[in-house]
This record gives sequence, C-alpha cells and structure tokens, in this order.
Amino acid sequence: MRHITVALFFECGFRIVKILIKLYFVYKQCIIDNSEMLERGEVRMKILTFKGGIHPHDNKAATEKIPIEILDAPEKLIIPLQQHIGAPCEPLVSVGDEVKLGQKIAESKAFVSAPVHASVSGKVVAIEPMLHPNGSKVLSIIIENDGKDTLHESVKPNKDISQLEPKEIIEVVREAGIVGMGGAGFPTHVKLSPPPDKKIDYVIINGAECEPYLTSDHRVMLETPEEVIYGLKAIMKVFGLQKGYIAIEENKMNAVQVLKEHASKEQGIEIVVLKTKYPQGAEKQLIKVIAGREVPSGGLPADVGAIVLNIDTCTSITRAIKTGMPLIRRIVTVSGSAVREPRNYSVRVGTPFRVLFEKSGGFTEEPAKIVMGGPMMGIAQFSIDVPVVKGTSGLLAFTKKEVQLMAEGPCIRCGKCVAACPMNLLPLYMSAYAIKNDLEQAAKYNVLDCIECGSCSYVCPAKRHLVQSIRAAKQAIIAQKQKN
Amino acid sequence: MTDNRFIVSSSPHIRSDETISSIMLDVIIALSPAFIAGAYFFGYRAILITLVSIISCVAAEYIWQKTCKKPITISDWSAVVTGMLLAFNMPVTVPLWMPVIGGFFAIIIVKQFFGGLGHNFMNPALAARAFLLASWPGAMTKWVQPFEKISLFGNVDAVSSATPLAIIKGTEAVEQAVPGYWQLFFGQIGGCIGETSAIALLLGAAYLLYRRVINWRIPVTFIATVGLFTFIFGKDGLFTGDALYHILSGGLILGAFFMATDYVSSPVTPKGQVIMGIGCGIITSIIRLYGGYPEGVSYSILLMNVLTPLIDKYTMPVKFGEVKARA
Repeated sequence: MRHITVALFFECGFRIVKILIKLYFVYKQCIIDNSEMLERGEVRMKILTFKGGIHPHDNKAATEKIPIEILDAPEKLIIPLQQHIGAPCEPLVSVGDEVKLGQKIAESKAFVSAPVHASVSGKVVAIEPMLHPNGSKVLSIIIENDGKDTLHESVKPNKDISQLEPKEIIEVVREAGIVGMGGAGFPTHVKLSPPPDKKIDYVIINGAECEPYLTSDHRVMLETPEEVIYGLKAIMKVFGLQKGYIAIEENKMNAVQVLKEHASKEQGIEIVVLKTKYPQGAEKQLIKVIAGREVPSGGLPADVGAIVLNIDTCTSITRAIKTGMPLIRRIVTVSGSAVREPRNYSVRVGTPFRVLFEKSGGFTEEPAKIVMGGPMMGIAQFSIDVPVVKGTSGLLAFTKKEVQLMAEGPCIRCGKCVAACPMNLLPLYMSAYAIKNDLEQAAKYNVLDCIECGSCSYVCPAKRHLVQSIRAAKQAIIAQKQKN
Repeated sequence: MTDNRFIVSSSPHIRSDETISSIMLDVIIALSPAFIAGAYFFGYRAILITLVSIISCVAAEYIWQKTCKKPITISDWSAVVTGMLLAFNMPVTVPLWMPVIGGFFAIIIVKQFFGGLGHNFMNPALAARAFLLASWPGAMTKWVQPFEKISLFGNVDAVSSATPLAIIKGTEAVEQAVPGYWQLFFGQIGGCIGETSAIALLLGAAYLLYRRVINWRIPVTFIATVGLFTFIFGKDGLFTGDALYHILSGGLILGAFFMATDYVSSPVTPKGQVIMGIGCGIITSIIRLYGGYPEGVSYSILLMNVLTPLIDKYTMPVKFGEVKARA
C-alpha cells in the first residue's frame, strides 16, 4: 500500500517538474519574442517592470488631484549660477543692471554647462555666493523683481520643428539653458549630442515619477499633454527617429489615458505602462524595461543607443521652441506631513523655498526635516531660504515623528537589501567594507555601480545607513582615481 | 516661521516599518502553532521546558551584556526565538536544568563570544543542541509517546519509545509499529517537543513566507533534496525509498523552515541559498541513511552554517550592466 502511495506521489512530482520546465521554456521564449517584437517596434500590452525594487507608500493622494497653480514671482529672487552638472557659469550682468524676463544673465564657454536666465524683469542687486539646495555656497545673481515681467527681446518663437534642422533644435535647447529637471541636472543639449559612433534609436520620456509624494510630472502630463508630445517629437526629429516612448507607472492611468488620446493623433508615439515600483524611473532600469538593453557598468544610456528625458524637461523644450522662452520656471510639488495645504506649483527659478511653504498655508507644526526632491533620493536642507533651482521637483516638510533617526542595529544578514537592489549588488557587504574603509574590497563588491536609489536603506530592518556608507566609499574611490 | 534647526541627513528620508524585533516577533508567531502542538501531544512539561529555555536564553543575554557593560538588547526578541528553537529541539523528558545549560551555551558561547546578534557563525539553538547531545546523549534521546503521563517537575524514567526514524533505521531494539503518514503529519509520534507536528510547522512556515520573513529557496531545496535522495537510495535497492516518510519525520520541516533559514548563519545570495538547501539536504540524507545516527538535520545545518561565508563569496550575483557595450 505504502509503495503505491509513494509511487503516486512521485508520479505527481515528476509531472509537476515537467510542467514547470516546460513553463520555463515558454517563458524564455516569451522574453525572446518580446525583444524581437521590440525590434520590430510592435506595441506591447504587458505591464513592464524590472528586478528588485521596493514598494514604499506613495503618499501622492494629497496632491495628485490638485491642478498646478501659478505662483507669483516674489520680490527678490536668488539665481545660482550652477544649477547643472558641468562648468559653472560666469555672470553676464553686473550689480545695478536692469534685466528683462528671459534674458541670459550667465553662461560658460564650456560645452558641458547650461546658461542661466533671468526669471523676472528687474534689477540686479547683488552677485555673491549664496547657500544652494545642494548644501554648498554657489555664486548667485540676486534680482529685485519690478513686477512688470518685461519680456527680453531675445524671447521670440522659433520655426516649427518640421522646419528646424536637428542642429538648430539642439542649439535652441542649449540657449534655453535646459537641463535634466528630474534632479540630476545634466545639460540636455549634451545628451542630445552623443558621439557620432553612438546611434540613438530609443528616446524615452520618463513619466514614471516613482518617488513617493511627488506629483509634478503627473500633473504636467494631465494638464499639458500636447507639450509633452511636442517635446518628444522634437527629440525624435533630432535623432531622425520614427518612434518614441513615454513611460508611465500604473498608478497614473488617467495620465496614460490622456497621453494615449493625444498620441493617437501622431505617428510612432508609444505610451508604455510600467508597474508601480521604486525605482522604476531610474534611467538604467527604464531602458532595460523598454529597450531590453542593459547600460554597461560605468557606461551611459547612449552606449546602448538610448536617451531618457524627464517630463518637465520635455515640456521646457517645447516652450523653448514654440515661444522662445528659456528655462525660467518649473513645476514643484509641495507636500509632506508638516505642510498644511499640499500643492503643485508652477514656480519661477530662484524663488526661495520659504515663499512656497508660506503659500501652502505654512506648517502644521515645526517641521523637523525639509527635503528637496523625493523622500528616497532628495537632499535634506539646512534652511528654507534657499532658492528653487532647475532640478527642484518637490519640496517636502516632515514632522519630527516621521523622520526620527532610528538607532542602527547590527546587520542580521536578512538579505532584504540584496533582494531590493535594482542593480543586483550586495549592499550589506559593500557597506561593511565601506565602513571599514577597505576601498579595495568595496570596489570589488561593485560600489561604483550603485545608483544610490536608497532601496537597501529603506528595507533594512536594522535601520542601517547602507547608502550613506556606500556613497562615501564611492566618492573616496572616485577621488582616489582622479588623483592617480 | 522662524528658521529652526532642521535634521540634515543622507537620503533616503523614509524607512520601512520593519525592524529586527518585528521580524523576530513574526518568527515567534510562526513558531506558536508548533508550540501548541507540542503542548497538546506532550503535556504541561513541554510548556515548562520551553519557558525555562526561553527564560535562560534571555537571562543569559542580559547577564552577559550587563557584565560586559554593553547595551542590553533583550528587547529585540532574538533570545526568545533562540530559546524557543532550543526547547523545540529537546525531548520532553529532559531534566529541567538541561535547557538552562543549553540556553546559556547558545547565547553566551555561540552568540555573544562571537560578537552578539548578527555575528554568530552558527545557529545558536542548534549548536547548543549539538553540545547537549554530545554531553548527555542518554537524556537527549529519551523519547515518550504522545499523551503519555509524565511528571511535571521530577525526573522522567521508565520510557520505552523511539522516534519514527529510529524505528525504521532499526537502531533501537524496540518492537514498535511504524507510525502512519497521518500520524506523522499531525505529529502524534515520538520526538522533540517542536518537531513532530508537520501541519503545525507548515502553518507557521506559510505565515513566514507570506510575511516575506523567509523565502522559498532554502526550505524547498532542502526538503526536495532529502526527498529525492531518500527515494533514490532506498533500503530495498535504487528508487524504492520512502521519501514522504523521510520528509515528514524527524526535524526536517522544523529545520528547513525555521533553522536553515536563520538569517545570520545562512547565505544572502539567491544562488547561495539554493546551494545551502541542497547541501543541507545531501548531508541530512547521508547521515540518515548511512550514518550511525537516525537524525541528521541539525548537523547538516551546522555544517552548512560553517560554509556560509565561502558560499556567499563565490555566488556573488551578476550585477546589472555586466554586459559588453553594444557595438
């Protein structure tokens, strides 16, 4: 009797294994099919995602339904001369000069840099180092607003993209001072001019907005979808492409709907729906998901023929072409538990944070922490008297209860950081070597590949400062390399 | 709005709710069905031994940290988990001083000597069990049948029983019927306090999997390997073994879900976890089938614990972007 049972048990077992093996091959085939389909440029129905990542509470409900409100320019604006990666700008104006709205007030001769423009008309009252949201002091032009918004004569509409040459579009983008507005601030014209041996065939507009709390990109997609599409078409024109992608997380299906309607009037624009997961909007993960290509370690998206642009960057390109207005304003989500009335604002670059918080009804209680950007990768602020810069996607104020620094416990090797790491690294070991200052071992564990998304620190049950230590090791290794 | 002092710290600025103590509490919750089953089958003495074991572990941690002037960390519940697992690995007949010695050995020698939580290279409860088994083999293998009346505090003698594995192995000269599958499944068999009831353990394991405290890799590969091995190398020739019997009996389910998955002493890489499971399975099967001892789960886990750093080192996952640049 027992032998029959066992025989049955194993018969079943073998069958299950067989089915599993078959399923595995079918699945593999699907992946291959998918990438072939991609090559042919067909539409996918599947909701795509990447390996790893985390599911923090998105906290977007406070602002996702609130239309963008145009914030009046304040009386005094602080415009830092470095709001981008690359060479800082030299001022083109001096103290006492009158400036007009949209006037270029600083630029650099270096290629990797972006000019800065006056976001109001008025008078330059000072040019001096001021505190920047990144925590350092940066030379800034302080303008007293005359309230007239007198337009500078350089601000005039360009030809339509159908009549513009790729080179002319890149020049417009450069002159408008457009940089990556998701936070990093990489000059966009540099992205648009990859070395000639790198052929770009994937242009992706990043509407994932995977950071909790932030809804600025979401609102832009809902309110000015035509600007998003026009900007994408401009970039497609730069690279001579027939196809472009807009990637949106599943939690913004209304934006998907709106953009799909607009995209249907155009040729070759695909709206890709992504699973809601952090860091879905990380450049490398996005390219992997959409193009099926992995940006090589230490490489750039252009190495796999892709470029990724933020939503607000994309609409800035549209405005630069259509109206000639350079990048002088951006959309900022003001949220967080300490903010009385969370809002989305259209803000002039150079507006102090304080103005945005005051407009939002002030604080419900003294905030313990102010963050520029999202809660996962944003920068904690010393003061609210620093200005909104081109990369300020959000301003968050948290109460003491929420941001209490918890004591670090010992690593219990639970492996949750390993499962969460979207780069497939071993954060626990990287951090352990980083803390020991063993840079050689840290490098062996690939600290340089860390994208600092913070997923490991987020999931760590011992509340260890994993990213912090890894980031320190990264910087030390890069500094060492530069020395040699 | 005056400018006050803000906290300025490195991102991320939000953290998950999960903490070490919440994970340990989850493990305790997951162990409680097995605890109830143990109490049901072996009576009040099972409860008493578990309590003594837990108290000894917590006391040992407190005393050690107090004498060494280290921060007291008994509130993280990890000593309670160790205490529970230690008691689950003992027969109900052991004298009451045994869990006390076991608890102190587990916490002070295995855990604290090596740096406390997160630094022990072996599972403390299992190491303590191995230590007790080597020191008092008689007392540690004195089994009783379920529902047998045993004294609560006194010494237990006049016991004539064996575990199912010992019976089929024939190591003990007891004429006893081999219990059926259902008895094994529900736990109405001789054995350690917490290992007999497969259903209670699986219930707890399901909870741990659901809460994502553990993942499937180690337990599934461990159990599957034991099943495969014991089936292939059966008593009556190749492919005649009774795999199901081996899976349900002994400490396999307890070990696979609750002890081989111990965070500190198991690999963190996905591939490493599979290796750990298969390694444990092979060693368990070899001990059970060819060793001089009927049960091999605890030794297999201890041996693989020692290999963990090596496994982690050689199973580093392929990082994102480990590809050639497109031509």
